Amino acid sequence: MSEPAPKPAPKPEPDRAPVAAPARRHTPMLEVTGMSAWYGEARVLTDVSIEVAPGEVVTLVGRNGAGKTTLLRAVMGLHRQLQGSVVLDGVELTRASADRRARAGLGWVPDDRGIYASLTVAENLLLPPVVHDDAWSLERVYDFFPVLHERRDFPGTKLSGGEQQMLAMARVLRMGSRLLLLDEPSEGLAPVVVERIGEIIRAITAAGVGVLLVEQNVRFASTVADRHYLLAQGRVELHVAGEEFRARESELLTHLGM
Amino acid sequence: MSEFIQYTLQGLAAGGFYALSALGLAVIFGVLGVVNFSHGACYMLGAVISAVLLAELDLGFWPALLIVPVVMFCFGVLMERLLVRWLLALDPLYNFLLTFGLTLVLVEAVKMRYGVSGLPYEVPAGLGGQVTLGSVSLSTYAIFACVFSVVVCVAVGLLITRTRIGMIVRAATEAPERTRALGINVGRWVTPVFGFGIALAGLAGVLAAPTRAITAEMGSNFIIILFAVVVIGGLGSILGAVVAGFLVGLVEAYGIAYAPAYAQIVIFVMMALVVLVRPSGLFGREEIA
Repeated sequence: MSEPAPKPAPKPEPDRAPVAAPARRHTPMLEVTGMSAWYGEARVLTDVSIEVAPGEVVTLVGRNGAGKTTLLRAVMGLHRQLQGSVVLDGVELTRASADRRARAGLGWVPDDRGIYASLTVAENLLLPPVVHDDAWSLERVYDFFPVLHERRDFPGTKLSGGEQQMLAMARVLRMGSRLLLLDEPSEGLAPVVVERIGEIIRAITAAGVGVLLVEQNVRFASTVADRHYLLAQGRVELHVAGEEFRARESELLTHLGM
Repeated sequence: MSEFIQYTLQGLAAGGFYALSALGLAVIFGVLGVVNFSHGACYMLGAVISAVLLAELDLGFWPALLIVPVVMFCFGVLMERLLVRWLLALDPLYNFLLTFGLTLVLVEAVKMRYGVSGLPYEVPAGLGGQVTLGSVSLSTYAIFACVFSVVVCVAVGLLITRTRIGMIVRAATEAPERTRALGINVGRWVTPVFGFGIALAGLAGVLAAPTRAITAEMGSNFIIILFAVVVIGGLGSILGAVVAGFLVGLVEAYGIAYAPAYAQIVIFVMMALVVLVRPSGLFGREEIA
């Protein structure tokens, strides 16, 4: 690929001490408090509280069925059987509809990428309303993702998996989302494309956008994340900083049964 | 040969009624997930209102062509606001039953007021004659109905493919939940889209009024064929609705001309064949089937 290299994202605090419950860097942008969720009778999340600060990448790590995707859907307002609160930039969103949450700054990037087959690549980008002054212009999106410019008149689903992933991320950046909810962005992608996704995540967080990332690919998660919440059976088992996670990776993963 | 061309034109004119109505059915199904059983009754209302406008207010075909879609749009808005909306969260079957019941109410109401014998209507002045091309003479009105339907279908097609509203309708049709999660208030579009779909059925009714018997029951057979159109075209496919509409109109016209005993069956045989080869219809997407 011949895209211009994204600016390397300087991490403002490279020497944070690894602690069991790492201190947040700023006032949190996203605060999820006491979240419990059910599917019918089955409880899939129990009293989960997480925070994401501006410019921070926070992952949810856990086995299949640990409740990671449900948590993202609950934050986005797509899951109904729910307790607990969601606050973004001080705005209470607990009772808000999904479309209001999106306009408040949550950027949904679902695990199937959610690209519309009946819309062209350009239309996929232009569909969501622009909700923030920092929203990327279409020119900036095309500059950053030249392949989307080349394919702009193609149906969205004619793109490769990696290109669809980039389109899904570009779509919420053009919208001006302040906090991206990324569900398994590396899934099914070649290592070189996964690396590129990592570069993109670093570039967008450098601009102050927060990322809440669900990942099965722990290696990838550990290269991009500042902090990790380890989920098991719908609970936060552990909350660790990136450095500590990297140091104790195999022990922690064994603990989670991954 | 000249007969064949006449049958073709008749088929395309009837196909235009199907195409317009099926287009309305398709956008309603796409955005609301509602199979509107009352679509045939709305087509009937379109024709009945045209006849009433003529009888009571002396307003002929041309004013009706404008007034009826507006009236039917308002009727659709009321129907969605007062009835359909409350069942949207439930199984789609509930709205199917609701619109089925509404069909019975509308048909019986028209029967009570206007009887069963049919209301008089005329081909509009200037379109009553025949156009002669060589040895073939064709009904001017059939040509008009055909061209008009195609123009409206193309206009709706452009609305859906070239405008922001159309983009939102396509997105909401494909994935309503995801479209909400991308910041679009899909609910805001539900009422106008429903009204628009009903208006298209009403427009088909106006177009049919000069050539068909205007009775309370005229929608009953129509809706059954309309469902065949939608299945052949692919449920939720807008292009499919239009193409299948004209196709069914043609097949029906040839059937009536060359095999009158089998005219009705032919359409459903065609439907069965299409479903055998392509279960999601000619233009349907797999995930919708």
